[in-house]
Amino acid sequence: MTLLIVSIAAVICTFIWYTKGNACRISTLCWMFWGASLMWLVDAFAEYAELHEEYFTPAPADMLNDAFLGCSAVAFGLIIWLADLLIHDPKGVFRKKKSLKEDAEHV
Amino acid sequence: MACFLVPAAEAAVVTIIRKIAEDNQQKKYSALKVHPEEVLKSEESVLHKTRWLTNLLWGGSALLAFEHVWHGEVTPWFPFLTAMREPDSTSAMLHEMATNGIGMAALVTLVWTGMLAVNHIRNKKNIQEAQ
Repeated sequence: MTLLIVSIAAVICTFIWYTKGNACRISTLCWMFWGASLMWLVDAFAEYAELHEEYFTPAPADMLNDAFLGCSAVAFGLIIWLADLLIHDPKGVFRKKKSLKEDAEHV
Repeated sequence: MACFLVPAAEAAVVTIIRKIAEDNQQKKYSALKVHPEEVLKSEESVLHKTRWLTNLLWGGSALLAFEHVWHGEVTPWFPFLTAMREPDSTSAMLHEMATNGIGMAALVTLVWTGMLAVNHIRNKKNIQEAQ
């Protein structure tokens, strides 16, 4: 479930990057979610090798916990992306605000 | 248990190598006082593409580290990994790192190699079309 949620997030981010471009550093999210999806895929293979067909019939409680973890991982990724966006400020929002403030002080 | 440490270690090694290569490149061209576009371009492209690999590895490791914190396998106090407390769990952790961890690093590197191959073919095709 975690793999599924993060993979869907990776596909959505890649679609946004392809259609809207990288103005908001969306590629950071793409790399992060694709990297995690590949790594969790290895975990899934290892689990499948251990459990075989049982892997596809998880207990509802486990599924819920995994879904909760997946959503939290996506939220964690979004927080990292937001921090990266604010630090790099690709649209110069903070710089513009700073220069406006400085101009107001001079007047 | 701690499988994310293997791709994170690979990411650290590749990042350090890239930094050293970038510094050497800068020194080389500042000493020459010239900017040989073609040489620099080919070297830069290789360096630039290692960023794809490090981005995948660092990004994936960050989310996997979060998962390990979630499961209580990583703690903010010594020894940081709960599996390090007992010898039995330590050996299980090392086994997981040797199997899953190396598998993760290998798969990410394999995908990156595939990306390089696709990029190379596309560039070649673009050059042929331009000619």
